[in-house]
Amino acid sequence: MPVLASLLCGFIFGLGLVISQMVSPTKVLAFLDFLGIPSGTWDPSLAIVMAAGLAVAGIGYAVVRRRTPIFDTQMRWPTATAIDRPLIIGAALFGIGWGLVGLCPGPAVANLATLSPGVIVFVIAMVVGMVAFDLWQPRAAAPIESALASAKAADG
Amino acid sequence: MANFTPISAAIGGALIGLAAVLLMLFNGRIAGVSGITDGLFNPRTDDRLWRAAFVVGLIAAPLAAALVGHAIPMPQMPANYGLIAVAGLLVGFGTRLGNGCTSGHGICGIARLSPRSITATMVFMIAAVIVVALMRHVIGG
Repeated sequence: MPVLASLLCGFIFGLGLVISQMVSPTKVLAFLDFLGIPSGTWDPSLAIVMAAGLAVAGIGYAVVRRRTPIFDTQMRWPTATAIDRPLIIGAALFGIGWGLVGLCPGPAVANLATLSPGVIVFVIAMVVGMVAFDLWQPRAAAPIESALASAKAADG
Repeated sequence: MANFTPISAAIGGALIGLAAVLLMLFNGRIAGVSGITDGLFNPRTDDRLWRAAFVVGLIAAPLAAALVGHAIPMPQMPANYGLIAVAGLLVGFGTRLGNGCTSGHGICGIARLSPRSITATMVFMIAAVIVVALMRHVIGG
């Protein structure tokens, strides 16, 4: 049952990406292009997607927060609170990659359905980047201790 | 704002938020796609089944939409595969170092009012806006 529930959640998430057109890198880049505001080519749709998603998730999380999950023993809320260098540097690197192509992980994975060669290359490179971090992390010493600590309580 | 689609954006966004709430209610998990995907490949994880199921659902959604006549267009990608690979590496490594992406930080984290996620989201938004400005209006301009 937890696997079916997860499948359903992934499907609903994917439908949200399809309906909002956030699967389209063109649409995402049109939002990120703030210099298009004066000429009228800016597309604020992504902001509406986030606002609607936050409204539902914010209210929904507040409602379910103190419950025990239906198919698990506890809710795994992230516990990390430090605003540290790994968080900032990691977010900046991610933002650069996102801006280069217009794909973040959700839409990239959903777009595998199109069998687009470019998307397949992107997802393979993304997974290589993730595994490179996973392999590098446990061997690294003091400087990324905080990265390790926060990874145990992954935000997302 | 010729391409602004507020209604479909609101409906789609609400579904993404709903998926995040349901995944927490059912399985007690944060719906962060970078974290879920990483856990499929991370040698230290031992709970790959629910992660694989989420990813399958994510890929099934566009296929289901195509079945009912709403095929999504082929995504427009840069012609340069080297650029695509660099972007993918940055997204993969960056989301692990920063512990989340647009879904885990941008939706789930901000919905919890997490200062970490609010900070991360501001940083990756600003970085992406700067890169797009450079690519389109300086290099490409």
